[in-house]
Amino acid sequence: MLNIQYFASIREALNRSEEELDLPRDVKSVQALIDYLVSVNPHFEVVFLGSGDSKISKVLVAVNQTIVDRSHPLSQNDEVAFFPPMTGG
Amino acid sequence: MISIQNEDFSLGDEYAAIRTRAGDVGAIVTFTGLVREIYRDDNTAGAVQSLTLEHYPGMTEKCLKDIQLKAEDRWPLLATRIIHRVGELCNHDQIVLVATASAHRKAAFESAEFIMDYLKSEAPFWKKQKSESESSWIESRDTDKAALDRWQKS
Repeated sequence: MLNIQYFASIREALNRSEEELDLPRDVKSVQALIDYLVSVNPHFEVVFLGSGDSKISKVLVAVNQTIVDRSHPLSQNDEVAFFPPMTGG
Repeated sequence: MISIQNEDFSLGDEYAAIRTRAGDVGAIVTFTGLVREIYRDDNTAGAVQSLTLEHYPGMTEKCLKDIQLKAEDRWPLLATRIIHRVGELCNHDQIVLVATASAHRKAAFESAEFIMDYLKSEAPFWKKQKSESESSWIESRDTDKAALDRWQKS
């Protein structure tokens, strides 16, 4: 199972912090996962494509706790996280 | 040494600890970041009551460790200490501590600034401000990103 985590404004916009997903066979990259999530839940479209009055300008992706770009490959049992630009310190 | 914690920290205790740990040290720089009164988009001050810090457990530790190693690769450091608080904080609370120890001041100053610049935009922390009437996520700033880019050029 793929473990997906959401943080900060993304977590609030989607009203969920974590979910498990049986990775569909044709979903082989981060971008394919985003396309899949958008196709099954309209809330994701606002978050990832920035339409509507969403204030979320940019979504970062980490796979297994390392930030990656959207072409990064995915496999079953990966931990994927979506979050906005970080504001620590 | 790295800590992510809800509890406050004592600058005096941390200074004493790194001073002991660093051994034959000539310079210790400590930086403490505090929660300041935040101005809202319409530029009216006050009203902000607290700040909540969320993080990504697991990845946060990994990132801080990585930042620490980058600093140790770049400067001859004898010891480093990073504390970042999470959870709900009030105005003027301590939020972050960075301490670096080296034989000479230049390495200690520069590495402390380097670690802070990385912490600002490379570690998975997010701040949400709360006033009596509303709460909102703080947006990342281009100036923080620019501060980071500076280290990559040289």
